[in-house]
Amino acid sequence: MQIEVRNLKKDFGQFAAVQNVSFDIEPGKLIGLLGPSGGGKTTILRMLAGLEKPTSGEILFHGKNVNHLPPQERGIGFVFQNYALFKHMNVFDNIAFGLTVQKKTKREIQERVYEMIELIGLKGLAERYPHQLSGGQRQRVAFARALAPSPELLLLDEPFAAIDAKVRKELRTWLREMISRVGVTSIFVTHDQEEAVEVADEIMIINSGRLEQKGTPWQVYKEPQTPFVASFLGESNILPDTASITGFEAATFRLRDKSRAKTANILIRPESIEVGREHEISNPAAASIGLVKSVQFRGTLWQVEVEVGHHRLLAHRTLEKETLKPGDEVAVLIHSLHLFHEDESLFLENEIKRASSAAI
Amino acid sequence: MIVKHVWLKRTVQSTVLVYFLLLIVVPILGVYVQGLSEGWTKFADSVIQPIAWDAVLRTLQLAVIATLINTVFGTLIAWVLVRYRFPGRRILNSLVDLPFALPTAVGGLMILLLLGPQSWLGSFAKSHNIEIVYQQPAIVIAMIFVTFPFVIRTIQPLLEELDPAEEEASYTLGASRSGTFWKVIFPAMRPGVIGGAMLAFSRALAEFGAVVLVAGNIPGKTLVASVQIYGNVESYNPTGAAAVSVVLLTLSFLVLWSVNLLTARRDER
Amino acid sequence: MIRRVGITITYLVFLVFLIIPLGKVFTSAVSLGTAGFWNALTRPEALHAFLVSAIIVAIVTVLNTLFGVLLALLLVRETAISRRLRHLLNSIVDLPFAVSPIIGGLMILLLLGPHTALGTFFEAQGVKIVFALPGMVLATLFVTFPLMVREVMPVLQEVGTQQEEAAYTLGANGWRTFWRVTWPSIRWGVLYGVVLTIARSIGEFGAVLVVSGNIINKTQTATTLVYQQVENFNYVAANSIALVLAALSIVILLLLEWAKKRKEVF
Repeated sequence: MQIEVRNLKKDFGQFAAVQNVSFDIEPGKLIGLLGPSGGGKTTILRMLAGLEKPTSGEILFHGKNVNHLPPQERGIGFVFQNYALFKHMNVFDNIAFGLTVQKKTKREIQERVYEMIELIGLKGLAERYPHQLSGGQRQRVAFARALAPSPELLLLDEPFAAIDAKVRKELRTWLREMISRVGVTSIFVTHDQEEAVEVADEIMIINSGRLEQKGTPWQVYKEPQTPFVASFLGESNILPDTASITGFEAATFRLRDKSRAKTANILIRPESIEVGREHEISNPAAASIGLVKSVQFRGTLWQVEVEVGHHRLLAHRTLEKETLKPGDEVAVLIHSLHLFHEDESLFLENEIKRASSAAI
Repeated sequence: MIVKHVWLKRTVQSTVLVYFLLLIVVPILGVYVQGLSEGWTKFADSVIQPIAWDAVLRTLQLAVIATLINTVFGTLIAWVLVRYRFPGRRILNSLVDLPFALPTAVGGLMILLLLGPQSWLGSFAKSHNIEIVYQQPAIVIAMIFVTFPFVIRTIQPLLEELDPAEEEASYTLGASRSGTFWKVIFPAMRPGVIGGAMLAFSRALAEFGAVVLVAGNIPGKTLVASVQIYGNVESYNPTGAAAVSVVLLTLSFLVLWSVNLLTARRDER
Repeated sequence: MIRRVGITITYLVFLVFLIIPLGKVFTSAVSLGTAGFWNALTRPEALHAFLVSAIIVAIVTVLNTLFGVLLALLLVRETAISRRLRHLLNSIVDLPFAVSPIIGGLMILLLLGPHTALGTFFEAQGVKIVFALPGMVLATLFVTFPLMVREVMPVLQEVGTQQEEAAYTLGANGWRTFWRVTWPSIRWGVLYGVVLTIARSIGEFGAVLVVSGNIINKTQTATTLVYQQVENFNYVAANSIALVLAALSIVILLLLEWAKKRKEVF
């Protein structure tokens, strides 16, 4: 289903839960709404479903305004955070519910329900009641129940939140495959960035009721448009200025409004910092000198905390290289950084490194 | 949620609200209006006239006694029913509600049969020159009977909710059994004790059926407020009845209101 | 030691206040032989009194269940009404608990009695309210009103709205959602409320006594008949009817236990 949302707003009394959100979604896409808890993601999802009435703004399905349509007539499926399975109905009746509403014949219902049960891999459990199922099984039933009436849009509210960590990973992959097999346009809400990046075709970052950025996970990671997005997705160092960082001395002069550059935010990803002995560094001329403050083993890499000028930076270092110790003097090469000022965002590369590679 | 047939929903809702207002709110206001209809002085006169005033005071007094007795026994029984396992516990636990299930007139009759002049308890008491039935003790007993479940039923859930770990923590910190009871367990029960007692008190104030049968209803001696109101109704004195009712109602509402405050405060925690 | 004393006192209190008095009703009723007992029950005024009680119970239970469930739904689920107003309505629900039944009856007398504007209006239409069945039904409705609301509200709060929302997103309308989803989760609570309502409407005495006038073979109910027989010192007749009422109460207690258990399962 093709979806357009225009200037969507929702107030709960004094509290503005969603403020002027607009976006388009193309048919067949799997979209992740990502953001911190209480940021308005679920409210957006519920407005799409018709469970919540927008204060203002428009929701269009296939170019038609659906604002006035009740949830029953929107052709959606909704998977609730705690599944909301009907606890007095068994698995079969739960999945059949939406079909009986559509007044399908008994035969059609049976065929479709068993097809869904087969699809979610719960064959033989049709007679079970929700309280006799594990968390992961309930999740699958909720998914099948939402999909059984063949909705055009599937909405999932924190679909994995109530499942323990190990099963969650399996279910994620399963859900992704399932959705691409069925081919239904889907939107899911999550506060877990790993989950969003792994599952979604595109993510929308929502914070304090605003849409911060929309794009493929790689785009959003690579080119964050706001400091919030940059700090929410992946790890990052946030600095107030670029003083004493070699290669970026003039960075703030690239901003449109140079006079107010003091209020800019600088963001550096740990993975774009190279730290080591001078001979290890790819381009020593472009590096600053730093002091190792602490070293931590992080499973697949070393996390090194270095002091450069008055900044403290977190950097990554591979395990193959020689282990650094606190107190070591090291070279710190910063390949790139992001610069944010008001609504302007810049991606800058190390100027000295660029100049020297251009010279060759 | 977005709803289709809003008018249908609104119609049903308004009907319910109108029913509610007509059935509950309008009649209560009616009593206040009638009670105060002939002016403040007339109201005061109706209330202060010796028989009425005496009945109100006596009701308060006896209700306090009944409530105190009920609170002590109710707390003990709630404790025993929740904490101990013994033969017959389940049956006793269901019997607690008997006074709720039994018509109050039957309750009154039961007391009459048990303590009346024909019964052996009654004749035994009489031979020692103690009169129970048609005297104040009978009124207290009737009040205790009808309010029996309140204290027990408000304390029980609190005791069941109490995390045993809290008690165990107290023991590991060196507190004695009685110290633990007074510092850990009783504070958890307290809202139930107070709330239950207040409910019992307001019910005792209001009780009619059980009391009218056993009290003898002699003005100045064994006449309680609700029976006094009934007498006024029977003798076609609605204003007098309404005046005493206003006093009794206001008292009960105050009690109910403080119970609500109490539970609201507890829920906030 | 404490345990033993506690259990002993508990048994004693139950014995003195509940069990012995209850037993006494049974023994007294049959003390003059089953013939006397049977006679007292089958007298026309007794039969009529039971009939009046039954009619009141039936009407009150139906109305109270309907409006009680609807009001509970409104107070718990309707978000369009402001929180303050819902809070106020919610505390009004309890008022009948605080009102003496006698006053409950008096209210109806004051509002609809023979010398009031409304009373004369209905009289002119040929509808008698006070000293007739409608007034008694009204009085009983007033007294029983909180019972259903108070049973259903907490259950509704506990089940939450998600299952209902799930039904909406699956295309079910409000009606179907209520019967297929909401009703199955509240039905045992409703049943409990029904049993409480029945118990209270059989037993209601003060309010009914005031509005009924206690007219034999007309507006006399089982409980007001007991009262009248006691006033006339006709203890055998009083006991016989009381025995039937007490037996009903025990059935009600058993029903309550059963409904409570079902309520806990779901």
